[in-house]
Amino acid sequence: MDAAMTTIVTRPATATAQTTTSRTRRRRGRGIARMSVRRALFAIPLTAAVSLALFALAAGSPFDPLAGYLGDRYLTMSTADKQRVATELGLDAPWWQQWASWIGHAVTGDLGSSRSYAQPVTTVLAERGPWTLLLSGTALAAAIVLALVAGMWAGLHPQSRLDRAIAATATVVQAVPPFVLSLGAVTVFAVSLRWLPVAGLTDPGADPSFGQVTRHLVLPAAVLTVSLLPWLLLSLRQSVRAAAQSDAVVGARARGIPEPVVVGRHLLPVALGPFTTVIGLRLPELLVGAAIVEEVFSWPGLAGSLVTAARELDFPLLAALTIGTTWLVLAGSLLADLAHALLDPRVADDA
Amino acid sequence: MAVAVLATVAAATACATVPAAPPVPADGLVLADGFDLGGYNPIAGHGEAGESKLYDGLLRLVGGDGMPTFEPALAAEMPTVSDDGLHWEVTIRDGVRFTDGTTVDAEDIAATYRAILDPASASPLATSLNMIESVTATGSHAVRFDLRYSYAALPTKLLIGIVPAERLSGGLASESVLNTAPVGTGPYTLVSLRPDQAVFEANADYWDGAPQVEHLTVVHVPDDNARAQRLVAGEVDGANLPPRLAATFTDRPGFEVASNTSADWRGVSLPAGNPVTADPAIRAALNRAVDRQSIVDHVLAGYGRPASTPLPEVYGAAYEPTAAFDFDPAAAEQILDAAGWIRSADGVREKAGVRAEFTVMYFPEDTLRRDLAQAFATDADRIGVRVSVQPVDRASLPDRLPVDAGLLGGGDLPYDPDPQIYSTLHSSYAQPGVGSPYDNASGYVNPVVDAALDAARRTTDPDERAAHYRSVQSAYVADPGYVMLVFLDHTYVFRDTDYAGSTPILEPHSHGASWGPWWNLREWTRP
Repeated sequence: MDAAMTTIVTRPATATAQTTTSRTRRRRGRGIARMSVRRALFAIPLTAAVSLALFALAAGSPFDPLAGYLGDRYLTMSTADKQRVATELGLDAPWWQQWASWIGHAVTGDLGSSRSYAQPVTTVLAERGPWTLLLSGTALAAAIVLALVAGMWAGLHPQSRLDRAIAATATVVQAVPPFVLSLGAVTVFAVSLRWLPVAGLTDPGADPSFGQVTRHLVLPAAVLTVSLLPWLLLSLRQSVRAAAQSDAVVGARARGIPEPVVVGRHLLPVALGPFTTVIGLRLPELLVGAAIVEEVFSWPGLAGSLVTAARELDFPLLAALTIGTTWLVLAGSLLADLAHALLDPRVADDA
Repeated sequence: MAVAVLATVAAATACATVPAAPPVPADGLVLADGFDLGGYNPIAGHGEAGESKLYDGLLRLVGGDGMPTFEPALAAEMPTVSDDGLHWEVTIRDGVRFTDGTTVDAEDIAATYRAILDPASASPLATSLNMIESVTATGSHAVRFDLRYSYAALPTKLLIGIVPAERLSGGLASESVLNTAPVGTGPYTLVSLRPDQAVFEANADYWDGAPQVEHLTVVHVPDDNARAQRLVAGEVDGANLPPRLAATFTDRPGFEVASNTSADWRGVSLPAGNPVTADPAIRAALNRAVDRQSIVDHVLAGYGRPASTPLPEVYGAAYEPTAAFDFDPAAAEQILDAAGWIRSADGVREKAGVRAEFTVMYFPEDTLRRDLAQAFATDADRIGVRVSVQPVDRASLPDRLPVDAGLLGGGDLPYDPDPQIYSTLHSSYAQPGVGSPYDNASGYVNPVVDAALDAARRTTDPDERAAHYRSVQSAYVADPGYVMLVFLDHTYVFRDTDYAGSTPILEPHSHGASWGPWWNLREWTRP
């Protein structure tokens, strides 16, 4: 009954309800579809440009790819032999030639062999990718849920004691580096209290069963969640506050609309827009922040591989991971804009 | 709030009844290694000193205190050498099988060495085998090595693991399937390989008797502190730790700290292209001004030995005990005063307008070299030589070595004096373009030393060689080209177990779960 009254009040009375809604929906649907197609097409020239820039930048890098390949023998190997090894590995070809060769193979699906892991690149991605996704996905989901709950509450009750406490804690936690959080969590929960295992994907020697992985996932996911939470929480709190003070919400409250309806239909769709944008922008940062957590917890994921590949200039793996991160950025911003468009009735596409 | 979240999650998990993981079988061991897993291809450099548990070489090391000796492994007996020292012959043991069932014959030996020498494999071991001209199978169970020059220390090159000839595809060593699916004759086989752990099982058909430790799990833990934490929590049975971290375990009940010596030296090069470091008085004075024992006690937490020459005491008869520098700063000051290096107003010595200053470079990420460089600079400052330390990355350091001093190291394959000191002290390596830029970085030229080093290469008589190496050290101490600082020990921590049979071993530069007390795991016995 209340919902029906609401729709009658807010819609213009010049057209019938059915046709306006369906025309609006069709227009919005076409706008969203156009945006998605445009973004997907944009990915192709962007991939080429990013990979080209990667090879060009790597050519100017002070790191020597041979240093990673030879390890300690880098110092004892004769210059002549190092030159021969470089030729054999294809490292002394000019960077644009290396790029052309890589992209020629990549479009046929051959991603090459990783020099630092002595495995095909596809094997490295397949063995490590799922674990990074599991860790980062769990942490991001938990951070989003917690940020929604706490951020909304804090935004709707400004200047309350809990709001001030939440804001202060979030600011402090944001300043603590992930490395400190990780080692601290291990010392408290794993070594002193013995509630959780110290590190690793499973107990040594055990298979990665559901129970094993879940138990080992708790601490690294918790640490990653805590490091992601502050920014999401504070940004949602801010946008909820701003939306609560907007004319539409003040007017709706003045009209006597019940609070849950105000929050659900007038406030949230507007406040979540900036929130989803922030999430979309933070997606690739999941990979980097996860690198420190993955190293401390010996989590066999891709984030550490990105650091290794960059330091050892392992071109096939580095290119694959960089392109993957680029697509992640594109997908993240597309999903954020899609969510924004679906949530906020004022927005049809990113125009 | 974050702490509350953490505590809630933790409490929820603790309360949940997750079934405990099945314990690691009682006849097994779990080790934590800081180095990457995988890459199990001898052509790519895996197990260069025979430490790999997946492969055997023609010879293997015999452990114990002091210098290890060699014994035949895949070889039927020790190799024989021709009179001119250029041809070595080895017979192969009968009846040994690879883990895929094929028998070991001479063709496998020859193919393994040829693959390392083949430029197309881009093997990191190519330089260390450059004395080998060719390897030929002279029968089904006999191999001949033809050398470019006489090389008495060839047994050190016969420790490398042998792979089946059929598995060598001729491509890059890093792309071989052997990296993740190794096939060897060793006491253990690889059962599963994940990015975070590798599981090995005893080879029941091992030619020398199946090992009693049946399961070995190696967990990859790159962070030093995380390895220590997992040891304390009881998740792993042993790990290698840096000396200072290992020292914290000495008083913990249930743990033991073991150290293996190495011939891994660290020292400061004194380039001949710099007027200060090339001065004989400066070189002699600096060698007497450094308190090496104090460096061992404080920088290495006691896990090391002072070094005056690049040859440590563990070489037994080849070591010259009188070839050592005493810590004597007063004598150092006298040497400098007598040579005309007079202290100026700010304390730094000066001679003919040249101030006694130079730079010592070190790799930025190597904290040990940084600490050693600082200690050296402090000691040098006391006698009026101003040393500044500077981190320089690997790309630019070699270009500056002819003029600036470097905190360098060596001794990465210590089983014979020749690979230990030849490329450090022989004048042929002082020329640019010969060997690596780090070989003889001081540009040291000493004809007496050259002659003795070459003579020791040409003869295989152990007493003659020992005498030559002793004379090398005496000649070096009279005219030093470096300030050698310390030899490193490698430290390992492990939980007390029921097993017995671990023996110490002289270690090369590499150290990790393959070395330490578990180096001879195949020989361990249950009570």
